[in-house]
Amino acid sequence: MNFSLIFQTLVTGLAIGGIYSLMAVGYSLIFSILNFSNFAYGMVIMLASFMGYFAMSKLHVGMGVALFLAMIGAGALSFFNERVAYSSLRKRHAPPLYFMISAMGTAIFLENMVYATIGSQYNAYPQIFEVPTVTIFGASLGKMDLFAIVFSVIAIYGLNYFIQHTRTGISIRAASYDSTVAEINGVNLGAVIGLVFVLAGLFAGISGVFLGIKYMAYPNMGWITNKAYVAAVIGGLGSLPGAVVGGIILGVLESFVSVYVSSTLRDVFSFGTLIIFLVFMPSGLFGKYLEEKV
Amino acid sequence: MYIQVVIILCMINAISAVGLAVFTGFTGLMSLGHAAFMAVGAYTCAIATKTFGIPFIIALPMSALMAGLVSLIIGIPTLRAKLRSDYFTIATLGFGEAMRVILENLPITNGARGMAGLAHYSVLPTVTVIFVIVVFFTKNFIFSRYGRMAVAIREDHIAAEMAGINLFQVRLRSLFYSAACAGIGGALMAHHIRFIQPNMFTNVQSTLLTATVVAGGMGSITGPIIAAFIFVMVPEVLRVAEMWRLVAYGALLVAIMVLRPQGIMGYREFSINGIIRYFRNLGTKQDKGGTVS
Repeated sequence: MNFSLIFQTLVTGLAIGGIYSLMAVGYSLIFSILNFSNFAYGMVIMLASFMGYFAMSKLHVGMGVALFLAMIGAGALSFFNERVAYSSLRKRHAPPLYFMISAMGTAIFLENMVYATIGSQYNAYPQIFEVPTVTIFGASLGKMDLFAIVFSVIAIYGLNYFIQHTRTGISIRAASYDSTVAEINGVNLGAVIGLVFVLAGLFAGISGVFLGIKYMAYPNMGWITNKAYVAAVIGGLGSLPGAVVGGIILGVLESFVSVYVSSTLRDVFSFGTLIIFLVFMPSGLFGKYLEEKV
Repeated sequence: MYIQVVIILCMINAISAVGLAVFTGFTGLMSLGHAAFMAVGAYTCAIATKTFGIPFIIALPMSALMAGLVSLIIGIPTLRAKLRSDYFTIATLGFGEAMRVILENLPITNGARGMAGLAHYSVLPTVTVIFVIVVFFTKNFIFSRYGRMAVAIREDHIAAEMAGINLFQVRLRSLFYSAACAGIGGALMAHHIRFIQPNMFTNVQSTLLTATVVAGGMGSITGPIIAAFIFVMVPEVLRVAEMWRLVAYGALLVAIMVLRPQGIMGYREFSINGIIRYFRNLGTKQDKGGTVS
């Protein structure tokens, strides 16, 4: 065990963990307000990854612009997803099962739409840094990984500030605490939910582009994006700090497992963790266990 | 004959869908891992008949039993913990994927290459007889005490528990039943296509089963059967590519949830008397306020 390998694994883990955190935050945001798991979210991330890819390889824009475009696109997609697939269910007070089926339908639709129109091949992003690695303490670290860590921290801090300190943020918190009471007190629930989906979409945009840079863009990315759910469960569904911590823990654990145990076992390991948490600690590290409302 | 092949496929899918209808439609938990039970059934039957030379008539119940037993592996911990329904769904999704990985790595299943050259047992009369038997058992299951309890749980699990229903037991029983049906469906599939491979049983297959049940109507047996026939026949007739089929299924699921969440049949069953009643009521006024059924 040498220090530089451990350090390198840790940084790689933190970079992946940062992306998982971003995804889990989006997932948790939606969960906290509508109390169901939005399976379509992974496909929004996948499409965001494609948007970033097309922006960079076809429009030849820089990464910053691509990131911006992907965030806008994913935000809009997420918003339309809510308006088309969930808003009428919400108005009818449908049970969570119906939301999940609708979300599943959206996910199948989006994924196969990509298969049918773009194709199943893997699309690599163009090279971003001339020299992709930088050497610190004898460990060679991806510049992109460091950038992902910094950017994730900024984005999550920004979201936290927005939710804690602005008027709109307070109405989001009120709606997630109790949507009926919030509505009685003058919160425009439809607008707040729309905004939450846009916010989740922005995070999907960031994480989609980072994932695409790291693992390429392809329609079957849902398998990675499912880890957002694992991270959210570890941290406690519906809790934003939990999502961040869960994402980082998952990313670091996975990266150590793939270096020191076996990289093929990595996914089995993370889903094993998921089942263990679900059965023994359903409220995760930070969340409170929410019984399903009748 | 081509039409015969399509009808056999319809009935095989209907068998699995009927099983899932008992679970999703009547107990109210969504599974995204039922393809794993089909896979277990298919492999059990294939190994029993091909490797060990057991007659098909014995191998078929064996595969149902095996699929049921495997369902306990995931069912006991998750149902005992009374997971929220979406947690449960994710757990089944992970389970389905894990099952596929296991099948790809076991020596007896011949790994990812699959098993070829299976005997052609799933001929039309056999499948029809099994289909009728499964539907008959399912109908009896639904109208038994356990079926009633399952409906109570679906409608309001807290109230059902307060009324003294053992949530865990009833849910596990319907999971076992649905897995056994999926196992039979998988076994018939194996001896119909005469070739099985782990990647025939992905979560796409699970999702399609769920879509069939949802489209047919949660809380109906005939609804999912009709839906299974439509879902197999329409793409066969239109000859569309697999992915456009899935695009359409996805859009259909959303459309059903938004426009007609009760599915084709809703809580009703398809029957001759129902049709007669429907046409009789067409003439009369429907201004009594209450629903007819």
